[in-house]
Amino acid sequence: MAALHLEGTPKTPTVSFDDASGLLELKGRSIPENSIEYYKPLIDWVDRYARDPRPRTTLHVQLEYFNTSSSKCILDVFKKLEMIRVTGNEVTVLWHYEQDDEDMLEAGEDYRAIINIPFKMIQIEEVNGGK
Amino acid sequence: MKIDRVFDLYDELEQQRIMLSFKGGLSPDLITALLGVVERKLDRMEPDARMRKRVFNVAMECLQNLYLHNQGHHQQNGTDPQGVLMIAQGDEGWMVLTGNFMSAAEVNDLRSHLDRVNGCGPDQLRELYKTTLNNGHYGPAGGGGLGLIDIARKSGRKLEYGFVPLDGSNAFFSLNVNVTS
Repeated sequence: MAALHLEGTPKTPTVSFDDASGLLELKGRSIPENSIEYYKPLIDWVDRYARDPRPRTTLHVQLEYFNTSSSKCILDVFKKLEMIRVTGNEVTVLWHYEQDDEDMLEAGEDYRAIINIPFKMIQIEEVNGGK
Repeated sequence: MKIDRVFDLYDELEQQRIMLSFKGGLSPDLITALLGVVERKLDRMEPDARMRKRVFNVAMECLQNLYLHNQGHHQQNGTDPQGVLMIAQGDEGWMVLTGNFMSAAEVNDLRSHLDRVNGCGPDQLRELYKTTLNNGHYGPAGGGGLGLIDIARKSGRKLEYGFVPLDGSNAFFSLNVNVTS
């Protein structure tokens, strides 16, 4: 399989999914009107990757904004990642949030409560990219 | 319209501290442009970063609600999809007001969803959000009922709403979201 790289736009995140290193990144903003269509290739990619993953997989989520129509799609990405653990491989989500953004921290905690993957909450100064 | 009315309208917008007022049909590009205006103006007018983010979030969800629901209504009725959005500064924060046409047959479902959301305290809203997030329903917009729950969480106040019946099959829905710190 090949790595997946998508440039960010004012409404969609920068995506960098690298199967060779097991490093996945989702950064910027995710506020498109057509989230299901936008996320389909991402979810398909993770689905394929999860069948033959690296021993250690890390997903960095560093979003400034995401809309509710993206939130179910992001949950689907996490659910695909859960499959990686079934085969005894490691997967971690690093959830980044700006220091004054309690709402984004809560959003990460909400996913952590639903998904059976270790989440680490990481406070940062400011989210870059996206605009 | 008389020419003097232009100043009267301007003055009225100024008195009501309207930061943005839009009426018409929406497209994804237009939403991007309007959100750009909202973001730039909030950067100038609102010193509290958390408040800026919450107002932006609520405005975004409201605009996308208008767009998606008007689109559906337009397809059913063949009328021009029209909606209205106003963002105003208040003494304690911001108000995001929207209005759109909808099918009268859907009023009861929307009303009971709004009442359910308004009946929740902050912790219950969070639980309702998590349950709805994980319920596997997507709906035409993808969020499957999450939008108003998220708007209520960001608002921290009860959602104010109203329905104006227009004829047997149509109604006008208004929503006022207060975002206070």
